[in-house]
Amino acid sequence: MKVRIEVVAIDCLMVRLFDAIDEANMPWMLAAGQRLRAGFGDALIDLVPSYTTLMVHYDLLRLTPGAARECIVRALKDLQPDAGGMGRCHEIPVWYDRSVGPELALLAQRSGESIEQVIDRHSGREYQVFALGFAPGFAFMGLVDEQLAAPRLDTPRKRVAAGSVGIAERQTAAYPAVSPGGWNLIGRTPSKLFDRQRDGYSLLQPGDRVRFVPVSHDEFISLGGDDTPLEGQE
Amino acid sequence: MSRLLIETSTPLCLLQDAGRFGVRHLGVTQGGALDWVSMSWANWLLGNSLDAAVVEVTLGGLTLIAQQECVLALAGADLGATLDGQPLAPWRSFAMGPDQRLQFTRPLSGARAYLAAPGGFDAPKVLGSCASVLREELGGLDGLGKPLAKGQQLGYSSQSQRVREMPGGLVPDLVANQPLDVVLGAQIGDFSGQSLFDAFNAPWTLDTRADRMGIRLLGPTLSYLGKPMISEGIPLGAIQVPPDGQPIVLLNDRQTIGGYPRLGALTPLALARLAQCLPGAVVRLSPVVQETACQEHRRFLERFAV
Repeated sequence: MKVRIEVVAIDCLMVRLFDAIDEANMPWMLAAGQRLRAGFGDALIDLVPSYTTLMVHYDLLRLTPGAARECIVRALKDLQPDAGGMGRCHEIPVWYDRSVGPELALLAQRSGESIEQVIDRHSGREYQVFALGFAPGFAFMGLVDEQLAAPRLDTPRKRVAAGSVGIAERQTAAYPAVSPGGWNLIGRTPSKLFDRQRDGYSLLQPGDRVRFVPVSHDEFISLGGDDTPLEGQE
Repeated sequence: MSRLLIETSTPLCLLQDAGRFGVRHLGVTQGGALDWVSMSWANWLLGNSLDAAVVEVTLGGLTLIAQQECVLALAGADLGATLDGQPLAPWRSFAMGPDQRLQFTRPLSGARAYLAAPGGFDAPKVLGSCASVLREELGGLDGLGKPLAKGQQLGYSSQSQRVREMPGGLVPDLVANQPLDVVLGAQIGDFSGQSLFDAFNAPWTLDTRADRMGIRLLGPTLSYLGKPMISEGIPLGAIQVPPDGQPIVLLNDRQTIGGYPRLGALTPLALARLAQCLPGAVVRLSPVVQETACQEHRRFLERFAV
């Protein structure tokens, strides 16, 4: 881990800690985020963490570029990985079904396995939230079993239902709201991923751990899920 | 309280403010008025805080009928506004009586006009802002990000504070063909030498593929020689270059993270000017270092302290 600071805009500096996506980055990234928030205090406008970087957007009326740089250096001096662990653990119910997860069969075919095995592989491991982006509450999670890794669709769908669970390469995610999307869809969750009434708004935060739990159609409905097939939503 | 009935509107007539801050780490976009300079002046004319809620009218198509006596202010593009059929020039405050009709017809100069009301238009703050972002269902009159719609009412609750006139000589010239300053940074060192030359010497034409997320620029193909990138935070005004080599200036409603290489980012002042350009307009980019851009920005803001 080596801290690099790059200019990216008039009032933004990019703090680069790593060069590759790795689950081992997270304790460092979380610690760096906390230190930067504390170090900048009210002069921080936004802090945008991603897999290997944290973008610091600060108030340019309160800090010169030089002062902002010094603030970053000071905040990250002798950085230690966050010992408090990896954030919260979540169990997210998923109804895996071809009507709401049209690529289930494709992934099964690609891996030479049955749909049940695909479901087992996807729900059989714990994922880490690497980053939030694309849409409010959209959490990029990984790493997915190599057997399930699949490129994004050649042509993204114009409309993906809220709660849709998908795979792209070795990452998985659930769409918090209706949106366009190019991920391979395998199921749907009734969980509300972004809720403006919730404290912190987003169910998932970087560093959180997630396990997907297969549920039946009945359970999905009783949890408030919408089983409208994808094709019926065009 | 004064109210205005919306008689006609378009998907490009939006309630905006300075944007949504402190939530970008959750994937929530920034939003806010694209031409923040004109928004600020519209508010300044009424003695408002510079970031009070305004209506951003892009190209025209908005018609409002006053329900009571109103005092409003207009800044930014000349969208052929009329008050009961009489031309109404921007950069001024004005009064409207009951049943008077304010109409924005078509872009005569610039692209976006900003309409302000005393204390700002009433709207719920969602995640700290009323900036309308339809795809995120945040902001606007209904809190769900929808554009202004026929039949709705715009209202404000404050008395007019301190109606002012534009200080002499400070009306921005929206058609000035001044180069747009780009703060050099991000992956700029990984573009080819020819691309760097082209970026700052070639004329760039605004594509029709333009919205509040970004504006595509057409010109020479720029080539990035660096490694594929891992997605990272994207600042306002970032000039990203996708594999086709045609840059895109990312605006207020951009996604929060992305993985295309960038040359740097336009300054806020350059963004305000870009926001007033229509598709087909030709712009030039000019390199500037961060420190110089900051000083210029601070100097500019002193204008509002008048």
